[in-house]
Amino acid sequence: MFNYIIKTISKSYILAEMEVRKLLHDPTELISRALQPILWLGIFGEALSKIRAIPTQGYTYLQFLTPGILTQSVVFVAIFYGLYIIMDRDTGILQKLLVTPTPRLALVWGRMISAGVRGLSQAIIIFLFALILRIQLHVTLWSLLGVFVIIMLGAGFFTGLSMIIASIVKTRERFMGIGQVITQPLFFASSAIYPISIMPHWLQVVANVNPLSYMVDGLRGLIITGNMVQLPFDILVLAVATLIISIISAWMYPKVVI
Amino acid sequence: MSDIIDVKNLTKRFGDFTAVDNISFGVMPQEIFAFLGPNGAGKSVTIKMLITLLKPTSGQAAVDGYDVVTHSADVRNAIGYVPQSISVDGTLTAYENLMLMARLYEVPRKERKTRIKEVLDFLGLGDHADSLVRTFSGGMIRKMEIGQAMLHRPHVLFLDEPTTGLDPIARQNVWQRVLELRKTFGITIFFSTQYMEEADLVADRVAIMNQGKIAVIGTVAELKAKTGKPDASLDDAFIYFTGNQLETSGNFREIRRARKTEQRLH
Repeated sequence: MFNYIIKTISKSYILAEMEVRKLLHDPTELISRALQPILWLGIFGEALSKIRAIPTQGYTYLQFLTPGILTQSVVFVAIFYGLYIIMDRDTGILQKLLVTPTPRLALVWGRMISAGVRGLSQAIIIFLFALILRIQLHVTLWSLLGVFVIIMLGAGFFTGLSMIIASIVKTRERFMGIGQVITQPLFFASSAIYPISIMPHWLQVVANVNPLSYMVDGLRGLIITGNMVQLPFDILVLAVATLIISIISAWMYPKVVI
Repeated sequence: MSDIIDVKNLTKRFGDFTAVDNISFGVMPQEIFAFLGPNGAGKSVTIKMLITLLKPTSGQAAVDGYDVVTHSADVRNAIGYVPQSISVDGTLTAYENLMLMARLYEVPRKERKTRIKEVLDFLGLGDHADSLVRTFSGGMIRKMEIGQAMLHRPHVLFLDEPTTGLDPIARQNVWQRVLELRKTFGITIFFSTQYMEEADLVADRVAIMNQGKIAVIGTVAELKAKTGKPDASLDDAFIYFTGNQLETSGNFREIRRARKTEQRLH
């Protein structure tokens, strides 16, 4: 059992390392991905902060929005990771990996970590842009460490979810359709761009079980308000959800090759 | 000597459809064994069961002495597998592709670099170690894949249509390496192919599968003799044992995939 865990962790690391190497060979993707959060902050955020329509508990709207956009860009990276499973299945890479003596869980965690690394690169871009827009952030060594943990766990959860969807739908076309359909509701039914308290009751229920809300909540405490009371709970929810989803995913996605 | 691949009453059903229907056969150590049959005959499903990607509905299969269901981890360590479609990562270098496999197969840290160098030299790719694989030609890509599958010195190498989409020179080149592999390391080779002349040229024995069953098994000469025609080719034998299904077989997905592989290899 202990050996299995060590093996899983070391092989997850190997697979994640290769993903990062791919990214370094061709970093254009990172730059094109940076555009969306910049538009949200620079245009949507700037415009809405002028009208002061959304209660933001004494912080500027741009401050309120930054953790939401950070969460959004991490989740949008992760939610399309299932596509790589389908592409790897079509090319044969997945079959080959499944025939190596690699624990199924390591193949899932490898993907999760690499989605997390992409998410972190988004975070760096958003932080730099926030600096340009003069959005005041609460940045300390500890808050950055917290941001790291939440991004890795959040990216992990949505990567796992995405891999499960991929192993059910099995084709690129259907996956793209479903990806589009679920990302928007996930984003709007969370505390990313407005507080949960202003939502209708039924939507509040949805927002409260949406893992995206826990990411936003944790990040908001870390980099805006400095209020960490909720943080351990947010991290616990994300960690448990990610663990459960990685086990389900490891069980389901090898079926995609059939 | 006992068989290195030992299949007994192997069956795989998907719902009502029986893809592999109670087949039994054996492959001897160091043999080059060709697996033929029209698309949809059950070749791929059989290979997937042998390499532990698919669980049989009933029956047994053992590779290198290990049962594919109860000892799948041992089987995975004992085999190398080259899928039909392209399975190297074009966005990594040749060296990185090999290093990934060396580490996943737990080649000891001290030996990894020497083995990768050995493999690259063996395949004649020594000068391309640090090039991205997407710049490679079709033949080089296939050789890379064989290289990835031999790093851990497997006892059995499974090749699923290894030369589909390659030009004749690349095909010859790939087979040359595979034959050398057997000579140098004593590896057993199990391959499927659409090209009869290849099976004719390199295989010690051939099995032809049709509609989930093994239609015939034996040396190429034996198969030809069984058709009862004087100077029959292996093509003739294939048609004789499969009932002339070449033209009508193959579903959309398989054909699309084969075409795609061809396009990408060119």
